[in-house]
This record gives sequence, C-alpha cells and structure tokens, in this order.
Amino acid sequence: MKKILIADDEHKIVMTLEYAFRKAGYEVFIARDGTEVLELLKEQIPDLILLDIMMPNLDGYSTLSEIKKTEKFQKIKIIFLSAKTSEKDIQKGLEMGADAYITKPYSIKKLSEKVQELLQEN
Amino acid sequence: MGCRCCWCIYFQFGCFLHLLRFYFSKNSMNSWFLFILVILYLGILFFIAYFAEKKRGSFWLNNPYFYSLSLAVYCSAWTYYGSIGVAAKSGLEYLTIFIGPVIIIPTWIFVNTKIVRISRVNKISSIADFISLRYGNHRTLGALVTVVCLFAIIPYLGLQIKAISESFHLLTQTQNSENIFFDNATYVVLIIALFSSYYGTRYVDASEKRLGIIAAVAIESLLKLIFFIILGLFVVYGVFNGFEDLYKQASQLPDFEKLNTIAGLEGSSNWFLLCLLSMTAIFLLPRQFHTAIIENRKEKHIKTAIWLFPLYLLLINFFVFPISWGGNVLFADQSVNTDFYSILIPQKMGNQFISAIVFLGGLSASISMIIISSISLSVMLSNNLIIPYGWLNTFKINSESDNSKNIVNIRKFSILILIILAFVFYKYLIVENSLFSIGLIAFVLIAQLSPSFFGAIFWRRGNFYGAVSGIIAGIVICYLELIIPNYFPTWQFYLKIDYISPIANTFFWSLLVNAGLYCIVSVSTIGNYRERNFAELYVDINDYIHNHENAYIWRGTANISDIQKILIKFLGEKKTEQALKIFNLKYNISDESDTADARFIKFSENLLSGRIGTASAKILIEGVTKEDKISLPEVLKILEESKEHISTNKQLREQGLQLKNLSEDLQNANENLILKDQQKDDFLDSVAHELRTPITAIRATSEILLDDDEMPLEIKTEFLENIISEVDRLTEIINDILYLDKLEAGTLPLQISENNILETYQKALKPLKQLMEQKKLHHTEINLLDDEILNYDEMKMIQVFQNILGNAVKFTPEQGIIQVKFRKKEDQIRISIFNTGKNIPEEDLEFIFDKFYQSKNQNIRKPMGSGLGLAICKKIITAHQGKIAAKNKETGVVFEINLPS
Repeated sequence: MKKILIADDEHKIVMTLEYAFRKAGYEVFIARDGTEVLELLKEQIPDLILLDIMMPNLDGYSTLSEIKKTEKFQKIKIIFLSAKTSEKDIQKGLEMGADAYITKPYSIKKLSEKVQELLQEN
Repeated sequence: MGCRCCWCIYFQFGCFLHLLRFYFSKNSMNSWFLFILVILYLGILFFIAYFAEKKRGSFWLNNPYFYSLSLAVYCSAWTYYGSIGVAAKSGLEYLTIFIGPVIIIPTWIFVNTKIVRISRVNKISSIADFISLRYGNHRTLGALVTVVCLFAIIPYLGLQIKAISESFHLLTQTQNSENIFFDNATYVVLIIALFSSYYGTRYVDASEKRLGIIAAVAIESLLKLIFFIILGLFVVYGVFNGFEDLYKQASQLPDFEKLNTIAGLEGSSNWFLLCLLSMTAIFLLPRQFHTAIIENRKEKHIKTAIWLFPLYLLLINFFVFPISWGGNVLFADQSVNTDFYSILIPQKMGNQFISAIVFLGGLSASISMIIISSISLSVMLSNNLIIPYGWLNTFKINSESDNSKNIVNIRKFSILILIILAFVFYKYLIVENSLFSIGLIAFVLIAQLSPSFFGAIFWRRGNFYGAVSGIIAGIVICYLELIIPNYFPTWQFYLKIDYISPIANTFFWSLLVNAGLYCIVSVSTIGNYRERNFAELYVDINDYIHNHENAYIWRGTANISDIQKILIKFLGEKKTEQALKIFNLKYNISDESDTADARFIKFSENLLSGRIGTASAKILIEGVTKEDKISLPEVLKILEESKEHISTNKQLREQGLQLKNLSEDLQNANENLILKDQQKDDFLDSVAHELRTPITAIRATSEILLDDDEMPLEIKTEFLENIISEVDRLTEIINDILYLDKLEAGTLPLQISENNILETYQKALKPLKQLMEQKKLHHTEINLLDDEILNYDEMKMIQVFQNILGNAVKFTPEQGIIQVKFRKKEDQIRISIFNTGKNIPEEDLEFIFDKFYQSKNQNIRKPMGSGLGLAICKKIITAHQGKIAAKNKETGVVFEINLPS
C-alpha cells in the first residue's frame, strides 16, 4: 500500500484529502505544519507528500528544502498545494524541486490522477 | 446597572404610594406621619440627584426633555396655590403670568441662543456676571445686580417656605407653632437647605453643569404636573359631574360674570402690563437664567424647550380655572383662604390621599424653586459680592486647595444664610399678603434689570452709567410704591395712573424711568473702551463665537509667568499647565516668549471667572499686568479692523495652510501612489489567498459528497457542516474586508458620544462569557479611573474589545487568566487586556495589526477568523486619536489601548 503524507494546517481541507485517499486505497498520514512533517519523516517514509505552503512554524518552502537535504528522502514525490497562485510562486515551487504545483481550489479527481501518475513513475 | 437603579426608584416610589394609600384609609392625618412622608419624598430626590451625578454621561440625562422640564421651575408654589387663589378672587388675571412667557418663548431660539453663547465663551455663571461683564466688568454693577436679586428673591423664597409650612399645618390641622424649634416645617426647610448646599456646590467652577440638581428638578416638575392634573380630574369628575356641571353651578355665583371678563380699558391695560412683566421675568428671574442659560448643555435643546415648555404651562394651567370655581362653589358661604383650595377641596370631600398628593406637588414646586434660586443667588452672592469685596487678598496668599475649599465653603454658607434669611422673613417680616402679590412684587423688582439686560445684547451704546442709574432709579420707585405701603399703609406716591392696579402701575412707571435713564445717560456720557469692547462681543456674538479671544482688546505689558502664578492659586499646578498647553495648541503658539497678549489675558480671565466671577478675575489679572489706556475711537477702529481681520486672517491662514499642504501632498503623491499600488497588490493577493482557503475546503468536500454514494451518514453530516462553516467564514472575511475598506475610506464616520467605558466593556464581554466558562478562564476587572465617562463611538469600541477578547479566549490555555485594567496614565486613559496565553514572537509584535498578518513563526494554531480583526481594531483606535499595542509579559500577552481623556 502506497503511503501519502498530507501537510496542511487547515483541518477541513485535511479531512477531505484524508477521506478521498483512504478510500482510494492509500495509507494516509497527517501533519499540521512543517515541523510535524520532519518529525514524522523520522519514523515513516511516505511515497508522496501533499505539501501546503503557508503553514505556521515551518512553511512549505522551508520544509521542502529540509527534505531535499536528506539522501533517503530523495525518492519522495512532493506536490505543493497552495493558495498562492501567481506565476512567480509556481515557478519558485517547481524550481525548489517539487514534482507538481497545484493551486487551490483544486479538483480532487484531478489531484488523484496527478498523484497516481506520479506514483506510477516509480 | 441602570436598570437596577431605575427599578430601585420605582420600588421606593411604589412603596411610598402604597404607604400613602394604606394610611389614608384612616381619616385624620398625623403630623409626624406627614413629616416622615416629606423625608421619604426628599430621600427619593436625593437619590435621583445622586444617581444623575454618577451617570453624568448617560443618554437619558442629556436629552432635551430634561432641560425643558427643568425650566418648569418657573411654576413655584405660587402656581400651585397662588394662581388658584387669584382665579377664585380676581378672575382671569392669573393667566397673564403664563401668557407672557408663552408669547415670548419662541424668541428664545434667537435670544437665548445668543445669551447661551455669550455665557459659554465668557464662562458666565449668573445674571449678575452677565450684566456686569457687558458694562465693563465693574464689580459695582455685579454687586448692584446681586443686591437687587437678593431683595427680590429672599421674600419670594420666604413665600415658598410659607406655602410649605401652611399647607403642612392645613393638612395636619395643627396650629403654626410660635416656637420654631417645635415646628416641623422648620426642619423641612433645614433639610432643603442642606440638600441645596451639598448638591449645589459640588464644583468650584460655578459655570459647571449641575446634573444631579437639574435631574431632580426635572423629575419634580413632572411630578407636580401629574399631581396637579390628578387634582384637576378629581375636582371635575370626582366632586362635580364633569365640566358642564361645574360651569352650571359656578355661573350661578354672583360675581362669576364680572370676574371672567377683561374689563374695558382698565382691565386690558392691566393685562398688557402684567403680560409684559412676566415676559421679563421668564428671562431675568435668577432661577430661570440659571436653568435656561447656565445649565444649557446643547444649543439645540432650546429648540425642544420652545414648544415643550409652553405646552407644560398650558397643561398645568388647564385645571386652575375649574379648581378655583369648584372651590368657590363648595365654599360659597364660608370664608377660607382661597390660596389653599387645592388642599381644602379634597379635604372637604374626605379624600386625604388627594390632599396629600397636592401637598407633595406643592412641596415639589417649592423645593425646586428654593433649590435653584438659592444656588443661583449663592453664586452671585459669593462671586459678585463676598469674593470681590473681601476675599481677593486672602486668595492671593493661600494655596490652591485652600482657595477651592474656601470658595465652596463661601457658597455653602451663602445658601444656608439665604434660606435662613428667607425663613426669618417668612416668620417675622411677612405682612399678610396673598402668595400672588408677593410673587408679583419680586417680578417687578427683577424686571428692573431688563433695560440693561436686553440693552446688553441689542444696543452697543448702552453703558455702565446708564445701567447703574436706570437700575437704582427703578428700584427706588418700586420701594416707594410697593414695599413701603406694605408697612406704612398711609404712604401715598404721586406717580399714578388711577385705573390700573398698583403692581402694574409700579411696573409701568419704574420701567419707564429706568429705561429712560438708561438710554439718556448712556448716550450723554462717554463709555469706557472696555465696555465698548464687550458691547461688540455681546451684540455680535454670532460673528465672534469661534474666535472670541481674538475680539478682546488689550494693550500693555504682562508676563505669562506672573499670570500663571495667579492661575495656579485657583486651578493648581497640573490644571494650569494643561490649560496653557491647550491655549498654545489652539492658537498655534510654539515660541517660549514670556509676553502675554490680549488673547492670553482673556483666556486667563475665563479660567478664573467660573470660580470667582468675572469681576474678581479681572481684578486679579489687573494686579499682575500693566495695561495701557486706549482711547475709545481707537478701540472702535481696532474692533472694526479686527472684525475684518478675524475673517480675512482666518481665510488667509487657511489658504496658506492649504497651499502648504497641497505642495506637500504633491511631493508625497508620487511615492504614495507607488506605495499604494504595491500595497493594493499585496492586499489583493492576501484577500485572494484568504478566500481560496475556505473555497478549497468547500470545493473538495462537495466533490466527495457528489461522487461518493456509500459515505457513512455521520461523515456526510460532518462534511455538510464543514461546508456551512466555511461559507460562514467566507462571508465573515468579505464583510470584514468591506468594513475595513469603509473605515479606511472614511465613509463610516465615528458616532462619538459620551459613554461609560466600563459599561461598554461589559457589553463587549457579555457574548464571550459562555466561551470563557467553557474554557474555565478566570476573568478579572480592575478599575482605577475616577471618571469613567469618555467620548467615543460605542459600537466600534465594543468591536475592538470583542476582537481582542476573542483572541484572548482563543489563545489562553484552559484555566488561564484574562485580566482587564482601566487606569489613567499621563492624561490618557489606558485599558490593558492581559491574558496568560503564550508570548507573541518579538519580531511579530509590531506587525500583528497588519491586514491578514500571520506569523511565520507562530507556534500556535492559526486562529479562526478573517485575519482582519486586529487591523480593524487599530483603524478604530487610531480614528479615536488613540494608540493600540501588544506587549509580551513574563506570564502572557497584554494588549494596551491608550485613549485621550
């Protein structure tokens, strides 16, 4: 079973993602900010992380650059999910090494397809 | 809180009426019982006055109806008993006393507005100040006016005491005791004296408004009206069978026809003169001047008074006629004092309850009159007689606290002396005379002030010599014609028109001579330049209202530091400094030079006027300055120029300022535009971001709900609930954005009014209490303010408190503490709201009031809400000229709001 880590501080958004991906047969983990993501990574290595950018304590950008520092995390696919929608932001996210940048609001169906697509690459 | 107090009054009053009804099931009235009734009634008045002083800012005290009702202090015991007596004996003559005012009151909108303005800008605290200031601010004229008022009003006060005492004895059917210590009426008078001297002298500054007293008088006015109407209804429908029956029976009395017509030329000249007399009285009686001018809080209240007060007079007079003729019918073959028909009728019918109510109504009428008259007279006595003629040197030596204490004590002492004098007059000097005629004599004496009073506001040439000679001549004639014949019946005076009544005759001759002398002497002597200066200021007050200190002409050498020393003697160090600061701010004076100009002299005199009167203020300031003489033509020239100057200068200064501002604006415009553009972009980004978050949740949730048929019910419910709450969140954000935009654009002006800050806080706190209880938070309040009344927009202030408290509730852990403290700090009101939540990172402290600010480092969950709450708070507080800041403390976080006091 593939593992997905959802990192977002908006509880109601997390609920939908958790429900949708559990139902689709993934094992789902949840982090409410960047520090929790890094905490969790010590125990579990997910296949994919859905990463919000504007989070308290440690934002998505910093979390991503932390993750990229560790060799064994290199295989983890990262999708930025963000309400920041400008070209500049998207550019920045992708340049930092994210595999995809999806703007909010998004379609769950399309997001699932993207997730599936990324996970099949391996 | 307010509610509880109202309820308390209501309860007291309810008990009181109940007691009355219970007692009157018996037939006779015990004098101790009545005495206790009076004490109880006075207790209610004390309570109203106390309550009103405490709630100075409250809306119901500041409405125009209180002002209008307090004017009804005009209807003294004389109205209650005297006019019935006159109507019974002499027919329609009583009406003149009310018709005069009703005719003249509409002119208040012009005349009283003018007088109120003059009094306000010159800090005038009595009619003596008003007249003497206009004629060059001589203490002689102030003293003369005071003496006239004293001679007129002390017998009039005696009359009120007589009414209280006689109605008391009539009701209890006891004899008036020769030994004053065994007479209950003595003690009632004593209590009234204490009440007036306590509540009437609460402020050293006599031009301050006395809310407590005015509220009590207004309530009394209402009560006396209601009681009188009850009596009227009782007579018409209880004793007789309606108006028709009463009229039928009365019209059979022998003199009915004669008394109810205005008899020919004689009658109509009498009528005309008496109407004229009461017209002057409504302006000049010290109690009327006090309630209408000194206690006027807003000019627009006059607008309400000009219809409400005549209506009041109409209502209170409506039943005079039926009651007096009812009395004439009932007592047709007995000789009784017609003045007391209002008590005798219910007594005869065996209805003790109504007669007690009438007694209380009469008592109300007397008490209000005694209180207001004694306060206004005591201010005159202290500020125009005692202080300028005996205390100035003492004041120069003593400290501020001693001086303030002395001033208040002089006034307290004056009130006591006045009431005692009135009592002595009533006991030992009163000649058997009906209530009506003593009242009229007082009117005629007071009317002697009318030429110089009305001249003051309409005629520039009127001068000091004219005013003094007119008043003295008028008074002499009054004494020769009216007072002396009372004691020496054989005396005859030769100024006489045979067919009019003695009082109208005296009024006519004295005023003719008075006004004549005033005019003739004024035009034939040369006035002092100072009075010409004030003449301009009085007559053209509407032109000078915003700039009155500029219209004061003074030339000479004076040092600010010398004047300051005098001010400190009366205001204390702190207030003086504050006043000087205000002065400098108002006139844009920044240099440190010690030379005082005309504006400063006038400003300083004004500061002292309320405390020691205008004349004494002038004398004190004169003592430390050296004034150069200016010739009269020069003054006129300066005034003419200054009139133009005031307007052109103002225009020029405004234009200069505008130009300067404009160029500065232009200079900044570019940078601002660029900055604004950037800010707008940032703001829009933030808005978009904030809107996207709930939309994302709604979008995703709905999508799942749409696609998934097998979803368990509880999850489905939760999802649907989420949609609703996210929609609410969206709405809140949109509303806040629009609100903030309005605040910034200024389309939502502040609705500033006087409010109690503690009460406002309570209103904000109320809806949050439940949340606090759920989290077991301890909420405490500390109030270190002396005066909780501030000017601000209450609705917006509630929002500020709610936003801060809302955050505090969110961020404080369970069983934490939220503490609010109100205190005064360096002339500011500081409100600190503390909570034991985690500290805000230091680098964030100054940004948390930005729109949509969210800390990058906050180690707390993002709060629910629009992210605009604190930005709105800051906008509101800044609009109030205040400041808001957040600070970290060892144990938590504190939000400090500073408001100007």
